Amino acid sequence: MNLRRDVFQAIADPTRRAILVLVAAHAMTAGAIAANFDTARPTVSRHLAILTECELLRQEQNGREIYYHLNPEKMKEIADFIEPFRKHWDDKFNKLEDIMRQYKTKKS
Amino acid sequence: MERKTQVRAEDGKQELTITREFELPVDLLFRAYAEPEIIEQWMGTKVVSFSGKRHGHWQYQTSDKEGKVVFSANGTFHAFEKDTKIIRTFEMENTGFGVQLEFLQFEPLTEDTSKLTVHILYGSPAERDQFLKIGMDKGMNMAHNRLQQIVEKLK
Repeated sequence: MNLRRDVFQAIADPTRRAILVLVAAHAMTAGAIAANFDTARPTVSRHLAILTECELLRQEQNGREIYYHLNPEKMKEIADFIEPFRKHWDDKFNKLEDIMRQYKTKKS
Repeated sequence: MERKTQVRAEDGKQELTITREFELPVDLLFRAYAEPEIIEQWMGTKVVSFSGKRHGHWQYQTSDKEGKVVFSANGTFHAFEKDTKIIRTFEMENTGFGVQLEFLQFEPLTEDTSKLTVHILYGSPAERDQFLKIGMDKGMNMAHNRLQQIVEKLK
């Protein structure tokens, strides 16, 4: 639960969300990621540290460079948290729509 | 693909928002929330009492085959305005979950389509998260490789 909370704190920040979207396309170095933002480099580094700490990003050494990869498993965990709730309502609303369509036909 | 039903639940907040667009005129959408016999059909629960008006109350109950009550909830309406909005409280009985406050907004999009926005406030962020997790017990199956969708949702 604690870990989960951390993950949610991590994605609550818009810059960190933007980083995740960037890295989702392909693994990138810290420098390449920072180049996409106006924010100071240390700020971006801090964001990367938080994302790495809660395992949304994985570091991989490639020669002298460290590349940041997205961790799909962790991302899935976030989606799982809300997804069953969403699915529950989606099913209910689909049913509502089906039922009310019959009322629509009756009316016309 | 745009998903029909969307849930926004920001971290650390004690609220969440559910939105859904329907291929139904707004008056039919509202009726689905205002007529007990229709509510019973789509919610899959029995409507024990229902008084759709300001300061009116409602109570739902679901029983299993043996007649044992497995779900019961109640609340009070604070606003009940046709085709526009419902403000109500919602409390599940015997669960330890607190009362939640729900703002339901009904909007026409076109003559034949409408939008529902449900804004729910819980007693605390922890209570909200606990409530979100109930859905997990339902054992709904999830496609495994959904990263693309997830990332799109984050955009």
